[in-house]
Amino acid sequence: MAQSPGIPRFSRICLSLGFFFLYAPMVVLIVYSFNASERVNIWAGFSTRWYGELFRDDAMMSAMWMSLRLAFATATVSVVFGTLAALVLTRVRNFRTKTLFGGMVTAPLVMPDVITGLSLLLLFVGMANTLGWPAERGFLTIWIAHVTFCMAFVTVVMSSRLRELDRSLEEAAMDLGASRLGTFFQITLPIITPALASGWLLAFTLSLDDLVIASFVAGPASTTLPMVVFSSVRLGLSPQVNALAALLILSVTAVGMLAYLMTLRDERRRQRQPG
Amino acid sequence: MKPAGRRWRLPGQHWLLVIPPYLWLLLFFLAPFAIVFKISLAESTIAQPPYTALYEYVNDVLTLRLSFSNYLFLLTDSLYFDAYVSSLRIAAISTLICLVIGYPIAYGIARAQGPMQSLLLMLVVLPSWTSFLIRIYAWMGILRNNGIINTVLMALGVVDEPVRMMNTELAVYIGIVYTYLPFLVLPLYSNLVKLDNRLLEAATDLGAGPVSRFLRITLPLSMGGVIAGCMLVFIPVVGEFVIPELLGGSETLMIGKVLWGEFFNNRDWPVASAVATVMLVVLLIPISLFHRYQFREMEGED
Repeated sequence: MAQSPGIPRFSRICLSLGFFFLYAPMVVLIVYSFNASERVNIWAGFSTRWYGELFRDDAMMSAMWMSLRLAFATATVSVVFGTLAALVLTRVRNFRTKTLFGGMVTAPLVMPDVITGLSLLLLFVGMANTLGWPAERGFLTIWIAHVTFCMAFVTVVMSSRLRELDRSLEEAAMDLGASRLGTFFQITLPIITPALASGWLLAFTLSLDDLVIASFVAGPASTTLPMVVFSSVRLGLSPQVNALAALLILSVTAVGMLAYLMTLRDERRRQRQPG
Repeated sequence: MKPAGRRWRLPGQHWLLVIPPYLWLLLFFLAPFAIVFKISLAESTIAQPPYTALYEYVNDVLTLRLSFSNYLFLLTDSLYFDAYVSSLRIAAISTLICLVIGYPIAYGIARAQGPMQSLLLMLVVLPSWTSFLIRIYAWMGILRNNGIINTVLMALGVVDEPVRMMNTELAVYIGIVYTYLPFLVLPLYSNLVKLDNRLLEAATDLGAGPVSRFLRITLPLSMGGVIAGCMLVFIPVVGEFVIPELLGGSETLMIGKVLWGEFFNNRDWPVASAVATVMLVVLLIPISLFHRYQFREMEGED
């Protein structure tokens, strides 16, 4: 590749303004989460009172527990299905209905949530009427809905990694007598593990974040964290939500920084031993 | 010697890979659309579930009852037409704003080098890992009459009374651009980073200025990324519910909000299904445009 001329000045300005736009609102949220006042936008001194209230809020806590379990189950299965789908897209040569398969993998990436949510709910209701399953809507139905849209995002992550992967490594292993399955577990899997981790994290955050689809397919008894946040935010600003937001932003930033440091280390290692 | 390379082409075994995700998507992604269409042809009743059956089988006679009244209803009440038009307009304008802001950002990141590049990329993606809902919520606090912007403006004496920003279309645009910007930057970046610099150098040697270099080389070559990024914003925004609900108030009409209201407030499932079906038909062209680019990207060009 030719020498890159660096970032042009105009782009530098846009980057700075863009990052200000992206991060200033979050900084404001974090600052106000330490506000002692009940009235969310009048500063009345530093306090961690709302963090305490957040953890004593039973509805919020049980919804958070539900959402975390849901996100964990969703991410784990999405990674398996997403990786299979990515292997199909990148490795299996054309089969008769590959176009349909491709469409079903790419469409969930852009499908408006209200359509996905409504259509899955109607499916569940129809299935319950004809097959008697699922008898009630809740964790299971939300999980099915989340896996369906999260696996598409995992497929994007995995297929871009699989495409870059050096196929001669796999071929060498097979020429040396490894079975296809053995090659996958000993060669392919270790190489794609970082991508699997980021696909898992992506699915986890997508599931944790979804409000609309879960609202459609959840039964009356099940509530996820975004549903609780939404119903309290709808009524106006809430100091507990500020505290929750700050915790979320800080933990995501920590994970992001960790991921960045890890890629940095990988890059350095790769530079030291080329190929 | 064993033939190298083409093992995955062997017949038979790859079906083990294909079948699980394929069946899942057929059942939980494709089949539901057929059901939405089916129920859009039913009529609303007070029952559990709240719609009429499409066919009855009584005394060996199969009766089919298809009702197009829901679609006629969408045509006669101008609320629906206006909501579709206003959703498409808001989605188109905010996609354009995202493109104008996002292109220089994606370009800048693509030009950056080494650790700087990964850092910038992560800074763009990071906000979308935090909750979408919470980022919209942040703007509620900023745009309110007694929010930060108005407090600062009034303290500086720029305005005497607060500027109304919440519950306007302006707030909706801000919310959309804020949450969807990373979705445009990412595909654009991954396209721009592949741009061969020698082309630009050759153009410079031949006397092209920066503007003509951009218009005649960079922009045409990045068209795939532009289309993918724009569709990743435009399509979901057409059906967006949370942003117009929380930031737009009653003033903003969007079809996602109408669908939500039909379903949750009016409990009219057949009309909600008809609204969804029409929305899907409207979005079919944008979705196939996105698919064409994304599918090629995922499969690999070779």
